[in-house]
Amino acid sequence: MERYAPTLLDLAPRDVISRAMYLEIREGRGIDGRDYLHLDLTHLGAEVVLKKLPDITDFVRTYLGIDPVKELIPVQPTAHYAMGGIPTDVDGRVLLDEKNTPLPGFYAAGECACVSVHGANRLGTNSLVDILVFGRRAGRHMAAYVRSTDLPPLPERPAEPAREEIEAIRSRREGERLEPIRRELREAMMVHASVFRDAGGLTAMQKKLAELKERYRRVVVQDRGQRFNTELLDALALGYMLDISETVVASALARTESRGAHYREDYPKRDDANWLKHSLAFRRDGGVELRYKPVVITRFQPKERVY
Amino acid sequence: MLKVKLTIQRFNPETDAEPHYRTYTVEVEPTDRVLDALHAVKWYQDGTLTFRRSCAHGVCGSDAMRINGINRLACKTLIKQVGTDITVEPLLGFRIIKDLVVDLEPFFAQYRSVLPWLINDEPPPERERLQSPEERERYDETTKCILCAACTTSCPSFWANPEFVGPAAIVNAHRFLFDSRDRGAAERLARLNTRDGVWRCRTIFNCTRACPRDIPVTEAIAEVKKAILYGGPEQV
Repeated sequence: MERYAPTLLDLAPRDVISRAMYLEIREGRGIDGRDYLHLDLTHLGAEVVLKKLPDITDFVRTYLGIDPVKELIPVQPTAHYAMGGIPTDVDGRVLLDEKNTPLPGFYAAGECACVSVHGANRLGTNSLVDILVFGRRAGRHMAAYVRSTDLPPLPERPAEPAREEIEAIRSRREGERLEPIRRELREAMMVHASVFRDAGGLTAMQKKLAELKERYRRVVVQDRGQRFNTELLDALALGYMLDISETVVASALARTESRGAHYREDYPKRDDANWLKHSLAFRRDGGVELRYKPVVITRFQPKERVY
Repeated sequence: MLKVKLTIQRFNPETDAEPHYRTYTVEVEPTDRVLDALHAVKWYQDGTLTFRRSCAHGVCGSDAMRINGINRLACKTLIKQVGTDITVEPLLGFRIIKDLVVDLEPFFAQYRSVLPWLINDEPPPERERLQSPEERERYDETTKCILCAACTTSCPSFWANPEFVGPAAIVNAHRFLFDSRDRGAAERLARLNTRDGVWRCRTIFNCTRACPRDIPVTEAIAEVKKAILYGGPEQV
């Protein structure tokens, strides 16, 4: 890590570590020239490893049969957490637009939500803030809201669009099963839209997504039951994953700078003059429309990240 | 790659009168998880096979099931640990919803009955309610529960009497009873000192063996029993 973060070394933020790992592997310095590196915890001693890293120790022992106290752990970067999400205010109310208009009665909290505390790079353990602080605030706000309001009027047959979406998949007789589409989505997003991005890769990913979405229109399930139908749930979720991937790729392609975990090889510098703003994605006619809202700076001025 | 024979108990109440077994052959690596073998069936052979899973690495507690007769997490059991002839069945003691999915609502009702949250009506201090490392250590083991139900559904006392609160609920009562910041001991111990409370535990130790998180479950139950007998957790 001396090469990448001379002061903080291994304790640099995770986006820096991920890029360092990715580069080392890409330049052929992976273990035995392969696609992983070694994480060395052996200098910490049994007590520190067992006490401070009990879960990691358990994973490594269970799945790799390796004792992290004495042996090196094979590692590579992976997707871990979604830093964007459904925009909310600090009370978990879902926001509809760049003017922060809330949709009354609609709340989001947790990894699906984006309160914008994490910015473009969530720090370790800070995901707990989503549930402990904003989950609680959302719950309190919700309780007060339902006490203060009556049920809003519903449109006629409000469940119909959802029912149609589900039935279209459930009743389809011929087509492709979901796993090949899901697997290709996963692999292509990892190649084109993960640690390193550039215009070429993101454009290729847009083409790939168009192909996968076309195939998804003919996705078929074998389980047509009404009860605990997890295959149907997975098929629906795959449709949403394709939509979300599309918004990730569109906003990453538009953002011609690097910021936090979003790293564009063709635009490696942060560009506050043009890009100190939040991306908002709207579905429009089957595509993605991007709009932006300003970042509110309070106590901490953005500065160059030197580690 | 290994050829693995998976015999899975199937039951779809929409079409089946009784549970039955179906056998599948899948190719997996010895270092793959039983969950991978189940996915190989579901994704490429039979999409109707139904089981719960979420995190797939032993943290969320969704995929507890009987694997070769023993309660385990499918995501924490490697093929090489269980061999190439594997029988998979749902947890015992709860109504089967479909295939390997059982109705856990009674399990969570028991869990809720022990008031598994911090009870303290004293006015909150300016900042955190502080706790020393030693005080935190006191209940460290029982914080590890992931509510997978492997312990409760391996307990003969529970099989005999589904009203028994069960080891998982007691473990979660322990987690708060021995927390220095908690003031709910009297309420919790009153609930556990009932006919279907801790005393139905006959120290069989199946729960301890079943726990995928290595929680000393039987020991925790014994501490709760002592807390009742000695008049409070601080007397244990």
